[in-house]
Amino acid sequence: MRVHAKRAGVLLGGLMAPALSTADWTLNMSPGVTGTSNDIFSLHMTILWICVVIGVVVFGIMFWSIFAHRKSPDRKPANFHENTLVEILWTIIPLVILVVMAIPATATLVDMYDTTEADVDIKVTGYQWRWKYDYINDDFGYFSNISTSDDEIYNRTEKSENYLLDVDNPMVVPVGAKVRLLLTANDVIHSWWVPEFGIKKDAIPGFINEAWTRVDEPGIYRGQCTELCGVKHGFMPVVVKAVPQDEYDDWVAEQKEAAQRERELTQKDWTMEELMERGEKAYASACASCHQADGSGSPPAFPALKGSQIALEDMDAHLDVVVNGVSGTAMQAFGDQLSEVDLAAVITYERNAWGNDTGEMVTPKEVFEYKNQE
Amino acid sequence: MSAVADTHAQDDHHHGPAKGITRWLLTTNHKDIGSMYLIFSFTMFLLGGAMAMVIRAELFQPGLQIVEPEFFNQMTTMHGLIMVFGAVMPAFVGLANWMIPLMIGAPDMALPRMNNWSFWLLPCAFLILVSTLFMQGGAPNFGWTFYAPLSTTYGPPSTTFFIFAVHIMGVSSIMGAINVIATILNMRAPGMTLMKMPLFVWTWLITAFLLIAVMPVLAGVVTMMLMDINFGTSFFDASGGGDPVLFQHLFWFFGHPEVYIMILPAFGAISHIIPAFSRKRLFGYASMVYAVGAIALLSFVVWAHHMFTVGIPIAGQLFFMYATMLIAVPTGVKVFNWVATMFRGSLTFEAPMLFAVAFVILFTIGGFSGLMLAIAPADFQYHDTYFVVAHFHYVLVPGAIFGIFASAYFWLPKWTGHMYDETLAKTHFWLSFVGMNLAFFPMHFLGLAGMPRRIPDYALQFADFNMVSSIGAFMFGATQILFLVIVVKCVRGGEKASAKPWDGAEGLEWTVPSPAPYHTFSTPPEVK
Ligand code: HEM
Ligand SMILES: [Cu+2]
Repeated sequence: MRVHAKRAGVLLGGLMAPALSTADWTLNMSPGVTGTSNDIFSLHMTILWICVVIGVVVFGIMFWSIFAHRKSPDRKPANFHENTLVEILWTIIPLVILVVMAIPATATLVDMYDTTEADVDIKVTGYQWRWKYDYINDDFGYFSNISTSDDEIYNRTEKSENYLLDVDNPMVVPVGAKVRLLLTANDVIHSWWVPEFGIKKDAIPGFINEAWTRVDEPGIYRGQCTELCGVKHGFMPVVVKAVPQDEYDDWVAEQKEAAQRERELTQKDWTMEELMERGEKAYASACASCHQADGSGSPPAFPALKGSQIALEDMDAHLDVVVNGVSGTAMQAFGDQLSEVDLAAVITYERNAWGNDTGEMVTPKEVFEYKNQE
Repeated sequence: MSAVADTHAQDDHHHGPAKGITRWLLTTNHKDIGSMYLIFSFTMFLLGGAMAMVIRAELFQPGLQIVEPEFFNQMTTMHGLIMVFGAVMPAFVGLANWMIPLMIGAPDMALPRMNNWSFWLLPCAFLILVSTLFMQGGAPNFGWTFYAPLSTTYGPPSTTFFIFAVHIMGVSSIMGAINVIATILNMRAPGMTLMKMPLFVWTWLITAFLLIAVMPVLAGVVTMMLMDINFGTSFFDASGGGDPVLFQHLFWFFGHPEVYIMILPAFGAISHIIPAFSRKRLFGYASMVYAVGAIALLSFVVWAHHMFTVGIPIAGQLFFMYATMLIAVPTGVKVFNWVATMFRGSLTFEAPMLFAVAFVILFTIGGFSGLMLAIAPADFQYHDTYFVVAHFHYVLVPGAIFGIFASAYFWLPKWTGHMYDETLAKTHFWLSFVGMNLAFFPMHFLGLAGMPRRIPDYALQFADFNMVSSIGAFMFGATQILFLVIVVKCVRGGEKASAKPWDGAEGLEWTVPSPAPYHTFSTPPEVK
């Protein structure tokens, strides 16, 4: 598919200015790797050519007038100022063109809306500022965070090839299967887009939107959140890995096992060191985007945790904020987002990192009890 | 009203403007108020433009260099709000104030005191809006479309001030619109039937009705936000049983007609300028009027084309797709009429005509991308990318803004009594033309290649065109200082303008001397 896109780009670029036809000067949409994206691409090209043809005619006549009908001593302007036939014609002809155009557009749209008979269902949830993928038929799910470092963003090191378009855990889908996506959001509206699939659908809190795709070629496909969702809107990429069915099955089995192991961890007896170690990672993925890696926050929207009352004093209050969130603010309820282990680890970490030396810890079991009291 | 005008005509002392600051604070004169609107609008244009420069500077290269994402979002939001509500709309109200009474042979606007009030509300509203930049938590950062719940539950504390500012702007716009309607319907010179009205008057009449219809909806939606933020309701909060999509329906029910509010008066002005410099009557006057009417009516039933990806049911999706495609038909008719007017005319290309011709060409390009966006399945790829940014800048910069520049050059001799400096004005045109295309054309490519809008940083494959675009933007921005120079120069002096400085121009405004005296048409002219 990239080959297609590049070929189209090179072709167009070559027509316009040979010197510009390097790969990065992409001019056109990519036809993509799904039936839908190819349908869209051909609609796009059709309407583009219709516009080009109309443009050439209209601007042609206009430029003819600009050059041939300039004022000169022997030039007297004509004085026609209406012509019913012409006026009717140029109302009817565009109308007919549009009706013709509407037919394939309608067909494509109907096809895009047909989300029935899917082989795989994946729930996609937008969070500020990461995606969560839940494989609802197989009982596991995980977050997908941007993996581009701050050093790259702030120009302290060289930018990698997939700058801003790389994540820790991509979504994985099997090639050739009909995958249905159920999209929603936890906080504000996000929008999930992979250009090469021809899918863009808003993820809206309180709603579940549906979309589907069938990827024909294995590969890694990249996109971004396309609905302004706050400070890090530009930093929540979408990455999808399409793999052959058997590879997909292995991957699912592995994920299920890992999820099972995770659940068992709740029962384990954790030491402070273990919790701190795990907490640092969980904090970096779930909390640091607002409260910052060093706990300094960015007041007033995102309070500091370093030296804060909540992290130093009453444990139950701390649990309450993390598990239930603070309504009316950007502080989400993490109770459903994180496992008991991660909740315990994060809270323990927050109470002992950056000089918050309370020495207190909370275990996964205690978190479990807290969540299930009354 | 006409009784008042008559007694006025019998006054034998012809009083001029008051002296000093009170002239401007207390004036009820349509020309003074028109000038104030225009000056205010240009000031906002420079302020909003300065913000655009910050945006383009940050986007010059990948990586974060100049501003943090938080401030970047404040800049995109404020840029949009200031340009829409502060620059484009007041400029057209300014033109309406100056020109409608002159074009219909009326002594002033119908409601002169309200006119003063609706102007002076504007600086207050924008003072509030701009002051949010200095508040704790910063200015609004949720885009000019301020989608909930990003703007409600997750908005900065200054959102309430933003809401108040929008309310005041809305009041000002509605009063302005009432004034325009009252003036046009009641104060036309004897003999000027509706179908003899100049097109600028027609388009403003229709625009004013659009304003009255949709500004209250905007006021409603921001009031609902206000309640959600401060009084515990949950209109738009899903966790309280509310509906974030309802916000978008309400916003775009206002928003789509709003985009036509920003272009119809320009359609009107261009329909005067092209005939004047083609020395040939406007082709298809009646169809022009009907086309504007059709556009205005259709503009109420296309709003959800901004929401193709929110997941409306397929029947709705199809309806809004068809309706949107349909709106291209009357838009096309207008373009064809302008071209037919030029055809076999006797053309010259002074600055107003240059801007008008560029208007027709570039606005049409924006119309083409609009038509592409109307195709719902394709919009799934275009939506919220730079392709949309390219589309609306093509209809708004060479559309609305060039329309305003064309009007300003066309009527400056009438306003000031002097000719502007033609060489400088042509320079202004060519630099703007090149800068604008350099800035906005590559955005089509960026969008098609997959660059989302409203991001402070981007992937490496977008680097080249972004740099080109930023260079174009700086060029366009810097050029606008030249316009200030030209206008100041023209106000202060220059070749004397005759009553009708353009030999092909038609209309009552050219029957009064240049500069137009402080009071005109105290006795109504006769229109045959
Ligand atoms: C042929 C006529 C037009 C058609 C068919 C059309 C169609 C569209 C469509 C479908 C969109 C939504 C794109 C998206 O978000 O995915 C859009 C966006 C927009 N259009 Fe147009 N348009 C037309 C003319 C105009 C005019 C005359 C103006 C203003 C003078 C205008 C201003 C805008 C603006 C401001 C937006 C973007 C708003 C935003 O999301 O920030 N359009 N147009
Ligand atoms: Cu619209």
